[in-house]
Amino acid sequence: MALERWFRRNRPTRKEDDNAPAGLWLKCEACSAQIYRKDLVANAYVCPECGHHYRMPVEARIELLADAGTFEPWSGEIQAEDPLEFVDTQAYPERLEKNRQKHGRPDAIQTGGALLAGEAVGLIVMDFFFLGGSMGSVVGEEIARAAERAAVEDRALIAVTASGGARMQEGALSLMQMAKTTVALEELAKRRLPYISVLTDPTTGGVTASFATLGDVIYAEPGALISFAGPRVIQQTIKQDLPEGFQRAEFLLEKGMLDDVVIRKDLKERLAQTVRLLRTGSARRGEAKGESRAAAV
Amino acid sequence: MPLPFEKPIEDLEAKIEEMRSYASEQGIDLTDEIGLLQQRLERLKRDTFANLTRWQRVQVARAAGRPTAMDYLQGAFDSFSELHGDRTLGDDPAIVTGLARLGERSVVVIGQQKGRDTKENIHRNFGMAHPSGYRKAMRMFDLADKFGLPVLTLIDTPGAYPGIAAEEQGQAWVIAESIRRMSRLTVPAVSVVIGEGGSGGALAVGVANRVLILENAIYSVISPESCAAILWRDAAEAEKAAEALKLTAYDLLDLGVVDRVIDEPVGGAHKSREATIQRVREAMQEEVAALVGIDAEGLQEQRRSRFRGLGRFRDAA
Repeated sequence: MALERWFRRNRPTRKEDDNAPAGLWLKCEACSAQIYRKDLVANAYVCPECGHHYRMPVEARIELLADAGTFEPWSGEIQAEDPLEFVDTQAYPERLEKNRQKHGRPDAIQTGGALLAGEAVGLIVMDFFFLGGSMGSVVGEEIARAAERAAVEDRALIAVTASGGARMQEGALSLMQMAKTTVALEELAKRRLPYISVLTDPTTGGVTASFATLGDVIYAEPGALISFAGPRVIQQTIKQDLPEGFQRAEFLLEKGMLDDVVIRKDLKERLAQTVRLLRTGSARRGEAKGESRAAAV
Repeated sequence: MPLPFEKPIEDLEAKIEEMRSYASEQGIDLTDEIGLLQQRLERLKRDTFANLTRWQRVQVARAAGRPTAMDYLQGAFDSFSELHGDRTLGDDPAIVTGLARLGERSVVVIGQQKGRDTKENIHRNFGMAHPSGYRKAMRMFDLADKFGLPVLTLIDTPGAYPGIAAEEQGQAWVIAESIRRMSRLTVPAVSVVIGEGGSGGALAVGVANRVLILENAIYSVISPESCAAILWRDAAEAEKAAEALKLTAYDLLDLGVVDRVIDEPVGGAHKSREATIQRVREAMQEEVAALVGIDAEGLQEQRRSRFRGLGRFRDAA
């Protein structure tokens, strides 16, 4: 049974995937306060002293957003191949296998259906700790399937992104996932179902330049790095220092690229409210409107 | 400047030239000798270009003298009238757009333009577009849709520009939007990768019904240099990265990323510019002709399913 397998896979037997400093007690990297790890975890990986948002494990993200006991996994039925027979300092299949073992999922993504404060949604959560959350064929396919399934099941779609971009080891096929995810989102648009993206630290490259920024509404978490090109690449290109706060969520909000920056504590309620507001418009739920209407969205 | 592997070819060409002038100076008949050397030259060119490594093809794709988008706009179309500007921020010279005639058809053309010399390269930002360039492209998509004109895109960019203003103005946002906008076109769309298909900056104008590529062009998720810098921690390993990335025309045909390879004359497009431009013209005409009979929904559906189906995976163990 899929649900049972999911819980079994996610028994807390390994170190959690977050980027907070190690230790039972840790020093917050933002404010230097001494924090008890349990308090950090209980606070959804947000520093209780200064509000700094750490990267959080996929399971904790699902727990944060899904109403208790409502998450039903969709992803996990497929796994990557090695179409390029890619070898750098390590062969791609070995890299994949290590990550599968370590993170307990076939690839850098978990999708599923859930209730979010009572609203039926499809939920996409990317796993930055699995090969940098990179998007290859499997990540692209899972996103496309989640969008299509949400459309069929009359659910809004929420995508929580965290990714270094397209996965180099699958070459141009990874690049094509940008187009694949984009066309799959059309199924939601046709049915006037909301698609909301939540950009978390870090969201970069081909993920930012495709489904992540195509949300009807785009939210981001405080301090999240959001970019097309990474800061180092830009620095090397222009050979100048980058402006203060460049490519961070607050900076992009100011530039008009985001709808809002939402703190983690408020995220679930804000998403549910947004879905509710959008879905009570006059566009009827669950009805395909045909290609020509969709083209005008 | 010849490419490194072109040196033996150039040497032989020089030798033939030398014999010719010697023969005419001395008034002696060296026709047979020159004929033999010509045959050897053709064989050498064929062998060299049939066995190029992937890294060598990257070099051909970027070679000086290779026809750029502008060369096709002038040579492969019967007329071209440029239209400028994104109506928001400015006019990006890295993307050239306009109305053109291709045989008996009016079309909208979008070309990514690298420079043909240093001065033009600086003006064109080496073919690296800013958000403004993609906004201009999207404006052309709208125009094409409104008037029922097929869209042709010529892809040749190292990538979208990685700069401060580009990021502030939403480089990622416009690329995503351009991908979506192009996927929704109600008219036929044909893309030709003529040189470098550099990642998202190329795909932004590459969501076509048919994607063609010249034999020595490349299309990649990342440049070999950047890939090497990340995975090998050394940009000098670009040759290894080029091999690993499988970024050549025939690699991409195998992967289903492109639909058709346009062979270049032996010796590469940079040595046979006119012939290459004519081949591209003929290919574009054939492709457009095959698509014009399909209705708007059919074209959208074909494009959607083409890209929806890309990727390789299997059932999880």
